[in-house]
Order: sequence, then C-alpha cells, then structure tokens
Amino acid sequence: MAKATAIAAGGAGSGKLIDGDRPLVNEKLVLLFFIAALSYVLIAMLAGLLFSLQFLNVYPFPTMELFSPGRWRFVHTQGVAYGFIANAFLGALHWAVPRLTGNRVFSDKLSWFIFVAWQAIVLSTVVGVLAGDAQALEWGETPVWIDPVAQLGLILVAINFLTPILKVKGPMYVTLWYLIAGFIWTPLVYAMGNFLPEYVVGGSAAGAIGGLFIHDLVGLFVTPLGWGLMYYFVPIILKKPIWSHGLSLVGFWGLAFFYPLNGIHHFLYSPIPMFLQYGAVISTIAVELVVTTVVVNFFGTLVGRGDALRTNLSIRWFYVGMVFYFTTCLQCAFQVTLTFQKIIHFSDWVVGHAHLVMFGVFGFWILGMMTHLMPRLMKASDWYCPRWNHWHFWLSGIGLFVMFIDLMVAGLIQGFAWRDLAPWEDSLMFSSPFWKLRTLTGIAIVIGQCFFLVNVYMTWKYMRGTSAAPAPSTPSAGEPAIV
Amino acid sequence: MFETRAGIFLIAGFGFFILAFIVMAWVPIAIYQGEPELSVKELAAQGITHDFVDLAERYPRQFKEHFGEVSEESFAAALKLGHKIYVGEACWHCHSQQVRPVSNEGRRWGGESYSEEYQNEFQRPVLFGTRRVGPDLIREGSRKSNDWHIAHFYKPTSVVPVSVMPRYPWFFDAEGYPNKKGFAIITYVQWLGSWHKTYPYWYHRGPDEPAKAPLPPADFRPTTDEAKPAGGVAMRADDAAKAGV
Repeated sequence: MAKATAIAAGGAGSGKLIDGDRPLVNEKLVLLFFIAALSYVLIAMLAGLLFSLQFLNVYPFPTMELFSPGRWRFVHTQGVAYGFIANAFLGALHWAVPRLTGNRVFSDKLSWFIFVAWQAIVLSTVVGVLAGDAQALEWGETPVWIDPVAQLGLILVAINFLTPILKVKGPMYVTLWYLIAGFIWTPLVYAMGNFLPEYVVGGSAAGAIGGLFIHDLVGLFVTPLGWGLMYYFVPIILKKPIWSHGLSLVGFWGLAFFYPLNGIHHFLYSPIPMFLQYGAVISTIAVELVVTTVVVNFFGTLVGRGDALRTNLSIRWFYVGMVFYFTTCLQCAFQVTLTFQKIIHFSDWVVGHAHLVMFGVFGFWILGMMTHLMPRLMKASDWYCPRWNHWHFWLSGIGLFVMFIDLMVAGLIQGFAWRDLAPWEDSLMFSSPFWKLRTLTGIAIVIGQCFFLVNVYMTWKYMRGTSAAPAPSTPSAGEPAIV
Repeated sequence: MFETRAGIFLIAGFGFFILAFIVMAWVPIAIYQGEPELSVKELAAQGITHDFVDLAERYPRQFKEHFGEVSEESFAAALKLGHKIYVGEACWHCHSQQVRPVSNEGRRWGGESYSEEYQNEFQRPVLFGTRRVGPDLIREGSRKSNDWHIAHFYKPTSVVPVSVMPRYPWFFDAEGYPNKKGFAIITYVQWLGSWHKTYPYWYHRGPDEPAKAPLPPADFRPTTDEAKPAGGVAMRADDAAKAGV
C-alpha cells in the first residue's frame, strides 16, 4: 500500500526508465494491443462465419484455393487464440501489472518490440495457414517455421512482466500468483506442444502430448492470465476486496496442481494407455471442484453489490463469463466421463464447449475489460454511445448461448446416430437445421462486435473532435486513484 | 510457501508442470519407446497399393509427368505430399483417424485402433482427430475406387448429395485430370488402413491374419520393367505364396 500511495503521489520510483513525465503505464501501447485484438477478433469471427457456410453448402468461394474452407478454419482458431486473446491479454497486462506492482515493465522498448513482433507472428501465421502450410496440431496449427519465433516472443513476454512482479516486496496479491505461474507455464506449454510431437516422438505418445497442449493452452495460458485479471478488475470496479482469501488460495493451488494433469482427456478410448486416461478423467473432475471454489469466491464478493450487474456493463460481462465458466467446467466434468465420451466425442457437442469457453468466458472477460478501459485509454469520459455497448453485450450473449445449446443438442443427435449405425449421411441431414441455426447465431455475434468496433471508432473520433476538452490524466470519476 | 514468489515460481510454475509432464507425457513416451517408428520410406517398402498402380494406369500421361514411374520412391513421394495436403487443407479437422472400442465404431469402420499403427512418420503429430463431420478415414483405403475419389474431390455433392465437404478443384489440372496434388491426396487416402486386416480382402494375404503389407492383385504388373520395385513387389509375391493366395 505504501508503494501504491507513492505511485499515486506522482510516479516515484527508481531506475532510469521512470522519470517525472513518463507514466507508469504505457497507455498508448495498451490501446494499440486492444485495437489489434479487436481487429483480429473481427477477422477470426468472419473466418468462422465463412467456414460455417460450408456446412450449409452455400460457401461463397467454392473453387478458390485461397479460400479453402479448412484453411479458414485455421484462421478462425489461430486468430482467436493468438490474435484476439493473446493481444488483449498483453494489453490488459500492460495496464494491470505496473499498477499492481508499482514497477514499470522490464523495458518499454521491449514492449514495443513485442507488440510489433507479435503482430508479425500472427500475420505470418495467417499467411502460412492460408498458403496450406499448417502444422497438424490442434490450436497449434502455426506453421512450424513460425514456432521458434513465437516461442522466443513468449519468453520475452515472460521476462518483460516477471521482472516488475518479482521486484515486489512483501506479500503478493492473488493476481500476481496467477501471473507468475502463467508466465512460466505459457512458454513451457508452447515448447512442449509445438516441438515434442513434431520432432521427438510420434504416434500415441505424440497424441498424449497433443492432448496436453490442447488443454494446457486453455488451462495454463488463457486461464491463469484470465483469472489473474479477474482478481484485479472485479475488486477494483466493485470497490471491495475479494470475499475470501482462503478460497483464493484453494482456487489457485488446486488449479495449479490439477489442471496440467488433464490433457489426455481429449483422447479418451484412444490407444493411449488406459490408466493415464483414468488419471486425466479424475483430475478433470477434481478441477471442477476447484473451479466451484473460485466461482463461489467471486459471487461472495458480489454479495451486497448485486446492483452492479445492472449498472456496470463490465461487471456484467465478467459475471456472465463466470457463469459460463462454471457451466463449461460442469459440462466438462460430465463430458469427460467415459460414459458421455461414448456418445459425444467427435461430435458438435465439443465444438459448442470450445466456443463457450473461448468466447463465452475469456472473450467476455476481455470485452468487459475493454468496455471498462477503452474510454480511459482514449482519454474520453465515457463511450460515444453506451447503448451500443448493451447491444454488443446482448447480441454476443444471446448469440453465444443459443449457439452453445444448439451445438450441444446437435452433438447428442450426431453421437446417437453414429452409435446406432445409421448411414453416415443421416447424421449430416440430422445436423443440417442445427448448422443453420449456428450460422445465424454467428451472424448475431459478429453484428454485436460491429456495434463495439463502431463505438470504439466513434469515441475516438469524438475525442479528436473535442480535443480542446481537458484530457483527464487522472482516473475517471468513481475510480480509486491508485488502481 | 503458498504465497511467496519462490513457492509459486518453483512449485506451481515449474514443479506441477514437470510433475504432470512426467506422468502424462513421459510415461507414454517410455511405454512406446520400444516400438519402432517407421519412416515414409519404410512404409512405402511395405508395399505399393493397388490404387497407386491404378492411378498410373488410368492416367499414364499425367502420372508420368508428376511422379514418373510406379516405384517405392514415387509412392513414398506421393504419400508424403498427400499427407502434407491432408494436414494443410485441414482434412483432419473433419475426419478422424481413430476407431474407438466403443459405440459400435469397430463395426462401422472395421477394427479398433491400436498403438502400433500410429508408430510412423505420418503420425507426427498424431492425427487422431477430435471431430467427425465426415467419416473416419483410418480404414478408408480401397473402400472406394479412385474414380469415386476423383469425382468426390472435384465436387463431393456429385457422389454424396448431402455431403458438406468442400470442393477441391485445385487438385485438378485445366483439362480436368488430377494434378500432382490430386494424385498425392488420393494415394494417401487410399493407403490409409492398407496395413489392417480389414483392408479389402482381395488385396491382402489372408482372411484372418492382419496384413502387414497390402498385396497387389495376382495379375499386377508394374507398367514397365525398369520401374519394377527392387524389394516391394518381389517380397509380396513371396508372401502371397506363403499365404497361398
């Protein structure tokens, strides 16, 4: 606290990177990361929407190699994971880490370099997969020649953020636990998943590692950074501390122990040894128990401030995301059992699950953070049109929820049709109405993002038009000064 | 320990990750370490598929242009390129290569998957797959004719009216014949499962024992004498004699 107060008093500190007029947070960079993230989310979502048209047999470019639907599916997943989520997290971390630790990031120049390098990595990934040069690793389709560069980038990110965190004296806040672990896990996960099954082992062992990678990319990169940022933003916006420190501890250590053990549950009933599959199933169910403690902790924090769900759109994004998080984990605890696997594996159920977790949870949290931060980053007192943000929320929320239910039901129907040895074409015909609805929900989600993007642009334009207005360098009204 | 830098850095960050890696990755690596992993060359040496020869016979000019003569080398080259296309076009996002021992999958696809059949270069990274929009392909070889695949790759709905598979006209040249990519992907798909006992019976050595090598039909002759593969065909003739085909 003493440190934080010193910052509020005028950015005191030591080291040559901090001087009187250089603020702790490079807000311009945060804004640029967010804008990059928003550009990629639009591209990635349009790619997904385009791909979904193939399922209706109305694909608009059926004879163009560059628009091969499968390649655009790569753009969809890679764009979401590395373009949208990674960029948005990098932006939010450049905001949160210096504020939490009172230290600037390791190097401002390194931050800029990471920004440029990361955009180059994501762009070359898009170019590479569109050229047909993907790697056969789900969520890691990045062409093999980009992998070492991305690996280096992730290590630089870790150095850039771990330096200010490790400088902190005294007890560390929950967010920093998650961030420390996340910055160690992410490069390790990337190295394990992208290099071992390509160059070291093949076959079933590569399957085990591929499963770990699919899972750890969500569980050890996105999840710890996401929860870390939630532990930061929720108490700040609600202006009250997290409900239970004990539950925070249980949540963090439970996740750290059980999450890395889950990977093989992606390949149940495969030739991977069965005792490992059992182990993965049991630790997945354990994760669900841990997740419950985290969610209870956050809802305990909300008690007494429930009105914020109505009055504060960011809080609504966050908590709806948490409800989805609980849903997705509860779903996981069931779908990971061997009984459910018989039916739902290989079906659209899993696709629905993936959308719920990547967009419904982490996407929602990121959009909540952006809703909170964007006007401040653009030195605006508020959004150009807050109402559009509500459209953004409701179109995304309803679109995603309907898509999730739709794909879950479709998955069950497909699974039972397959088990019952119906002709394969039957499963396609049964799925057809669900795929149509899925495209419609996708359109709703994309329109929702457009409301947000236009709002960002208009806010920026409006601010430029009224640059005579005093640019608030202090946080806007209602915010504690030291956040 | 639970809230200190060192505790989180070492125990949660590195410790738990390494523990999980040992349990969930090193253990299967160790288990399968003894199983030989076949290179593409070794796979091709197991036998050239009938369908590869069939492509050479049907499209002699185009085949010669892209792959030369039928040989283990050209077969290996076609498999390799076919696998690259299979990965690059995201075929593996909609087609699994794994038959599970549940949900009647053995009955539908023919024979549950076992670890040995993944011990080869094409399973780096493994192509188990996580989604089936279209059918599983690990037993696909020779289930359908080359003609079927050619029509299907050009326009899937022409043979399967409800199919949602994309069209791949860039697997064909301007005259409508398969180009190099077309030959390669068809060779790869037609090769899948050629090692398995459910590979169509007229190509393998006996009804009961799993065929390590697919056999060509009895009247199989390489297109030219020079192109006669050094080991492959002769070895299969011996096998055929042994199996009494």
